[in-house]
Amino acid sequence: MRRLLLRLFFVVALPLVLVAVWWAASDGSTNPFWPPLRTILKTFPDVWTGDRLRTDVLPSIWRLAAGYALATVVGIALGTVIGSYRRVRAVCEPVLEFLRAVPPPVLVPVIMLFAGIGDTMKIVVIASGCVWPVLLNTVEGVRAVDSVMLETARSYGITGVARLRNLVLRSASPQIFAGLRQALSIGIILMVISEMFAASDGIGFTIVQFQRSFAIPDMWTGILVLGLLGFLLSVLFQLVERRVLAWYHGLRASTRRSP
Amino acid sequence: MRGLNTALGAAGLAAFLALGEAVPRLGLVKEAYFPPTSRIASALWDELTDGAFWSALGDTLTGWAIGLAIAAGAGVVVGVLVSIVPYLREATASTIEFLRPIPSVALIPLAVLLYGTQLKSVLLLVVYASFWQVLIQTLYGVQDVDPVAEETARSYGLGTWARVRHVLWPTALPYVMTGVRLAAAVALILAITAELVIGAPGLGQRIAIAQTSQAVPDLYALIVVAGLLGLIVNVGARTVERRALAWHQSVRGEVAV
Amino acid sequence: MHALDVSGLQKVYEGSGRRVEAVRDLTFTVETGELVCLVGPSGCGKTTLLKCVGGLLAPSAGRVMLSGKPVSGPPPGMAFVFQEYGRSLFPWMRVGENVELPLKQKGLSKARRRELVADALESVGLSDAAGAYPWQLSGGMQQRVAIARALAYEPQVLLMDEPFAAVDAQTRADLEDLVRRLWRERGMTILFVTHDIDEAVYLGERVVVLSASPTVVQEQLKVDLPAERDQLHTRVDPRFAELRTHVYQQIQAAKRGVPQDEVTKSNTPPPH
Repeated sequence: MRRLLLRLFFVVALPLVLVAVWWAASDGSTNPFWPPLRTILKTFPDVWTGDRLRTDVLPSIWRLAAGYALATVVGIALGTVIGSYRRVRAVCEPVLEFLRAVPPPVLVPVIMLFAGIGDTMKIVVIASGCVWPVLLNTVEGVRAVDSVMLETARSYGITGVARLRNLVLRSASPQIFAGLRQALSIGIILMVISEMFAASDGIGFTIVQFQRSFAIPDMWTGILVLGLLGFLLSVLFQLVERRVLAWYHGLRASTRRSP
Repeated sequence: MRGLNTALGAAGLAAFLALGEAVPRLGLVKEAYFPPTSRIASALWDELTDGAFWSALGDTLTGWAIGLAIAAGAGVVVGVLVSIVPYLREATASTIEFLRPIPSVALIPLAVLLYGTQLKSVLLLVVYASFWQVLIQTLYGVQDVDPVAEETARSYGLGTWARVRHVLWPTALPYVMTGVRLAAAVALILAITAELVIGAPGLGQRIAIAQTSQAVPDLYALIVVAGLLGLIVNVGARTVERRALAWHQSVRGEVAV
Repeated sequence: MHALDVSGLQKVYEGSGRRVEAVRDLTFTVETGELVCLVGPSGCGKTTLLKCVGGLLAPSAGRVMLSGKPVSGPPPGMAFVFQEYGRSLFPWMRVGENVELPLKQKGLSKARRRELVADALESVGLSDAAGAYPWQLSGGMQQRVAIARALAYEPQVLLMDEPFAAVDAQTRADLEDLVRRLWRERGMTILFVTHDIDEAVYLGERVVVLSASPTVVQEQLKVDLPAERDQLHTRVDPRFAELRTHVYQQIQAAKRGVPQDEVTKSNTPPPH
């Protein structure tokens, strides 16, 4: 019980201190860029009403989800093919190395040429940035499947789809998840940028509107919302990962205990 | 085997470029949206011969380098401090976990308000994003310190500073190098992004201008430049990491005997 | 008809300008229900040979017949037990699922699969472990799971590639007894490769001694120890000592490189 309390203390202590310091330091501030924390928190519920959650937050999350899902499917599918055949990988490698080095936001103008300024554009932008970590990590994961396991599968006649489902993808899943994690961060960034660039709704769009109309406390609430979103998605991801990769964490723990 | 792989890779690249030439010319995609490779190449040449391009490139690299240096320094210092001050690690864990996933782009409006289109806007974003990469990796590295080595050093009466120098730092160094490598890539992306969205001088701003003036081949050419820059940074960082670690390994090897 | 008929097996590795003849000419047979052990000096291509027999490697020359049918890829009539159990069992599946997976490939009904899995796990003494993950078990237990997986597959021939080389001596003794018990209970045909001479003599009905690389059959011995064997008594049996000494001498000779014409090419084991 005592240990639990101690842990809880550590979790909340510094954040509380930081918030208190922010509150105190900004209280009574007349600097337009740094409104008092009190004002920001007061403005929060006024700005982010149920209506706005529906008209701005939901579209943003929907675009992120669609782009992320697209990138996941394409990344894993292509990554599996490229990772399974050495020759294919050799052929694709330089091109992939170049394409992944292009900073994703830079593609927004290009994608706007093809896809206009609607939802499609944003989804394509998000997908085009998210696909790289997923693809490259899938290639690595598929490449690194244990040779003894591959031979075992072959000796028992486990081939084709069954082999992919039961062996290759499962074995590569820790690596794939690492890629999915990186893709999530990139996705959030691209979601915001695509909305700052050209949009009529969304979290990014809203924040830029506030900034342009000098509604500073409102702008700050928007930043808080983004931070909160990033945090919540990260927690959600970890929950999913811990369940899907429970076997992997158990395996690592057991090898760490007995080398 | 390596020769064959290089040849295959070159073939893949050539095929990619050839495709880029053929597809728009065959009318599969509108040429206005996707110029053929040759047109992009000539636009690229025009850029390279334009003085304004080089000054923009210089601006981007300046923002990147300064931001990276600050982030790396801060990340290492904070990482080491958190590790050696007792209980600081546990106390900061939740804060780090909360702040880390906050997208740096959330700070763009703030940067615009504070610094407009100056270099400082770019630096704000670059430093914020890159700092986390270095910090997280430094923390991993410190976590990896062999407790036996630490105990031994303590029993020999080595003070905190000496322990940091002889036990902590050599163990954490490979991780720090990884962190700097990751931060270098992130810093470049953020620098160009900041210039693109905010309009601070640099490659990103040049891209934005190309877009608004509908200079499509220039747009593609600049994207190619951004990609090549990213490639150089990635490859360069990996090489530096390998070199630094090679030295590191051999030094450790000698001392161990 | 022999269960296994290996004739003129040759395997040559070519690469980076070098040509290595791992296996030169292997000819031997295994009758249905026999337990044959293959022993040889280190590096004599035992694993290569077994993989060729199992259809995992294509031989450069010669052929392998399983119950009269040529082997050109891993046949459903053969099951392989690898040395590295930790890398052969799938860590994302529980023990029961690991044993069941090859059966799904065979297209058996769910009820039948469950039956086979339960039966196999019981034979190796791991009925309680069906819900555990392989990495939660000890090394010896993991190898038992691998054996159970092979058993459930109901193969005609069981191929075992130095399966107990990576476990400790006491566990190895238990596993050896397990193999003999399963062999007697189920009347399986087993081809067992090992570098441990004592193990080969203890387990086998017949021991095939391999020469050094390029490998040929050095000699074949009939192990005329009683069918009932146990670790305590059999190993102090004088006949056991004689046999193992003989095998040991053969292997030493093999290491030194006995000239070709002194090597037995005959398939029938000499009477002892």
